[in-house]
Amino acid sequence: MQAEQLRVLVTKIGFDGHDRGSRVVAAYLRDAGMEVIYTPPWQQVGAVVSLAIQEDVDVIGISSLATDHLIIPDLMEALRAADLGHVGVVVGGIVPEIECQALRDAGVALIFGPGASREDIVSQVAKLGTDGRKTKLTSGEFAV
Amino acid sequence: MLTEPATKAKESAFQRLLDGDVAVLARAISLLETGGTDSEVLTNRLRNHTGSARVVAFTGPPGAGKSTLINAYVAELRRRGHRVAVLAVDPSSPLTGGAVLGDRTRMGEHSADAGVFIRSVASRGHLGGLASSIPAILDAVDAAGWQIIVLETVGAGQSETEIAEIADVNVVLNAPGLGDDVQAIKAGILEIADILVVNKCDLPHADRTVRQLQSMLQLRKAERRNIPILSTSADRAEGICELSDAISARIEDAKKVSQEQYRRRRLKGLLCRRAEAIVRNRLSSLSEADADRILEQVSQGKLSIETATEALIATVFSAVPSPYPQQVLNPKDDDPDNWDCGF
Repeated sequence: MQAEQLRVLVTKIGFDGHDRGSRVVAAYLRDAGMEVIYTPPWQQVGAVVSLAIQEDVDVIGISSLATDHLIIPDLMEALRAADLGHVGVVVGGIVPEIECQALRDAGVALIFGPGASREDIVSQVAKLGTDGRKTKLTSGEFAV
Repeated sequence: MLTEPATKAKESAFQRLLDGDVAVLARAISLLETGGTDSEVLTNRLRNHTGSARVVAFTGPPGAGKSTLINAYVAELRRRGHRVAVLAVDPSSPLTGGAVLGDRTRMGEHSADAGVFIRSVASRGHLGGLASSIPAILDAVDAAGWQIIVLETVGAGQSETEIAEIADVNVVLNAPGLGDDVQAIKAGILEIADILVVNKCDLPHADRTVRQLQSMLQLRKAERRNIPILSTSADRAEGICELSDAISARIEDAKKVSQEQYRRRRLKGLLCRRAEAIVRNRLSSLSEADADRILEQVSQGKLSIETATEALIATVFSAVPSPYPQQVLNPKDDDPDNWDCGF
């Protein structure tokens, strides 16, 4: 039996199309042995939620380089409404210091700014995913 | 007494899968991909609830436009009022086990549509264009009530023909300019096609590719199979209606095959894949000492290659206990519906 593989959704919401960062991070996570579901930018909140359900992901990574992070509280609410509270949400890119707390209050687990190291991203995403999976499997209908 | 509520919850998860709950289906697929005891039990439980879905496979070389064409085909099916599930297989890294699953990139327009279920599946070391868990995943999607399942293979070269075992309709894609007419007469995926598609027909030389495929079929006239060659441009949504009609016609043909025959064929695919996986797993568990002992004898000429191969297989099968739990191997209860799998 193999260990259950971490599955991470890497995506962008909102109108900004700068996707180099999300591609680089997708490659980092792939090289760390994770299965990355990659989408192009311009996703809508509803599409991200149904993607997360269908792909049974452990972590959602949102890349935001303009003001897209301002939509993230809406995403968090939609995820909770869809019973996806166990899925860790990570934001990467450029989030002004002054707005970080609002994201954390909305439930975002990790925020990576410019200069974040590959090692940090990989290890913290892995930990977040593993913890989230445990929560999911030990609670509710999937409890063994 | 204490365990009763838990058992009820598990039954209801399985029941919800049968009732079409997408989140439960997604979770079940992850379990089937991972393998292990619960996965084995679930696979057996699912077996009693399958047989109504038809599987349409799309295969062809990387970049031929499989995902884009599937996107257009799914849109056409939705226009015709069908619900459809898509399983898109992409390769896992042989080095790290990681994967970037990007087939959905071309299917974004269906993301928020409740009538479409899309799941990306990593091949996880399996060669042949699919993942070893695909037959079991097909059963799960089938049991969840999806009547049409579109299966996209890894970008296939020439020998990834295992899909023919488990699909009802095989659509093989070609793109213009990928090779000369000798490529068209080589053995391989072109032979398993029920429908041949020349995608990107807006590109130069598309006509030539169509002619090459026609002449290939001429040479195979003896088979007496009517294999249509269709030109599509998935990007411009050209030829999609014709493709959908051709697939529907093949599905009607496939329905002439009885449910029982069909289930048996998929089951055979499943058993063979499992057997291969077990042999491969066991070979990877071969100890250095055992390997050295056999190698030594072969290199000294005391054993032929054939005898050594037999010895190798005997060694790995005697050394390692079966990976399957007793519950599956020697069930106390013959009805898998009563088995416990956390589902």
